Amino acid sequence: MRSSTRKEKIWWAIISVLVLIYALFPVASIFATSFKTPSDLTSGKLLPTNWTGENYEQILVGSAQDLFLPALRNSIGITVIATFIAVVLATLCAYAIARLNFPGKKLILTTALAVSIFPVISIVTPLFNLWRTIGLYDTWIGLIIPYLSLTLPISIWTLAAFFRQIPWELEQAAQVDGATSWQAFRKAIVPLAAPGVFTTAIIAFFIAWNDFVYGISLTSTEAARPVPAALAFFTGASQFQSPTGAISAAAIIVTIPIVLLVLFFQRQIVSGLTQGAVKG
Amino acid sequence: MSSTTLNKRSHAAGKPPKQVHSDRVKAERRLGWYLAGPAFVVMLAVTLYPILQAFVESLFSLRLTAPDQSEFIWFGNYITVLTDVVWWRDLGVTLFITVVTVAVELVLGFALALVMHKAIKSLRGLLRTVILVPYGIITVVSAYAWFYAFDINSGYINSWFSWLPFISPDLNWFADTWTALFVIMASEIWKTTPFISLLLLAGLAQVPGELTEAAEVDGATWWERMRRVIIPNMKAAIMVAVLFRALDAFRIFDNVFIMTNGEQGTEVLSLLAYRTSITRLEIGLGSAISVLLFICVLIIAFAAIKLFKVDLSGTTGDK
Repeated sequence: MRSSTRKEKIWWAIISVLVLIYALFPVASIFATSFKTPSDLTSGKLLPTNWTGENYEQILVGSAQDLFLPALRNSIGITVIATFIAVVLATLCAYAIARLNFPGKKLILTTALAVSIFPVISIVTPLFNLWRTIGLYDTWIGLIIPYLSLTLPISIWTLAAFFRQIPWELEQAAQVDGATSWQAFRKAIVPLAAPGVFTTAIIAFFIAWNDFVYGISLTSTEAARPVPAALAFFTGASQFQSPTGAISAAAIIVTIPIVLLVLFFQRQIVSGLTQGAVKG
Repeated sequence: MSSTTLNKRSHAAGKPPKQVHSDRVKAERRLGWYLAGPAFVVMLAVTLYPILQAFVESLFSLRLTAPDQSEFIWFGNYITVLTDVVWWRDLGVTLFITVVTVAVELVLGFALALVMHKAIKSLRGLLRTVILVPYGIITVVSAYAWFYAFDINSGYINSWFSWLPFISPDLNWFADTWTALFVIMASEIWKTTPFISLLLLAGLAQVPGELTEAAEVDGATWWERMRRVIIPNMKAAIMVAVLFRALDAFRIFDNVFIMTNGEQGTEVLSLLAYRTSITRLEIGLGSAISVLLFICVLIIAFAAIKLFKVDLSGTTGDK
């Protein structure tokens, strides 16, 4: 790469700052709001005049903890289980698609595509009625099952794309070198396949973590209501107090896992997203 | 691929090839469906089954407030929905949001993709990392962030931009259709542009470098290279990105629900379905809206595939 001139460097600095502002400003905005005192909320300024932790106190140990903590537990539990099931099913499916010859491969991939463009709200009405009849309304399982409609298709596409690129001959080569078939699979294939599976899990986690439609339609109490839906039901400490500060603090807390995953696995997420969608 | 190597091996072993072939092939087919079957069945169970149930229920005048009075009324619910001005107004709002957000995102996403593509090595990681923050963030969180920034009580946008002629300190963004839609679309665009830009980035990477260099040597300007070389070569990526985003934008729900809950004429179709089934418990009518929404998505997908000749199977690399 040719060395960049001084002028180019300045240009890149300006562009980078613009992209940074674009990507982070709304997060910074709600971050600032989460540290405002109730009287400060109407100041008309971005930054709080006095930084206070009372909004976090309110949702973690204070009066609003019954609204937030159960929802956080539900979100983590339901999202992790839904992600895990989707990744296991998708791994088996994608392995078969990439490795074996059987009729119906195209049918499976087309179905995954069709499911991923399916309007979520169209599934909500029948499920709402069905779940109430069979007792799955407002339960973890009642959310985990529909979450699979969000996480499974993209997992299959992303993993199939990853698995197609694995040099499967390595397995045979290892067997020729005297490894048993299990050893060959574990030593040669698992290390190559694991990053793809892991990346897929992150993307599936993002999608399930983001859900709002199912969360708000198929739950009614803190028994299963996840955070995004719970935020819409937040109330202030008293009926005269707006829940703005508490909602902002809760919003920041559920954004932390996203930011951490993005910071540590940026490269994997980008390759997973682009492979699943374009090459996939 | 693996079956051909297996075939060769069976030939070498000198066994009757046809018999072994079909056994091997059969075993492989069975294994294939054992592995892929569960995922396939689950996908059908969570979408095909509910939409069929929705279709059946849409033919009944079912209300959960009076479940015993459910009657079979053929396509009565569809007639009710399609002759109601609300459906058409909401369809208009939804299509407006879809067209505007996708158009803006395509331009913005392309600019971001170019920046990431051309960026010097030391910046590439940083740019991609920050761009993933909006992608990963919960839509509801994004909705609140934008809502509180513009809100007349907790916002600061009015005082920041009070020097603009049309912004006054008591401008209530969420009291008027167009200003409310502006903030809703801003949040939607902010959150989903990274996705489109990553798809376009992958498309940019597939444009052969020799072509752009040759054009540059021949004296083509930046704009000419863009229009004649780069964009035609990444047409497939652009079409896939537009189609996916359009279908996604058509389902918009979270931003509208949080910011206006559909008031001031900002209601979209997903919200209409939600309000009918979940809030008013009119399952028959709600099911009809669900089925109609599904049909709308199918029409958009087919129209896009036919119109732009998006070859989805081609991009899959499926043999």
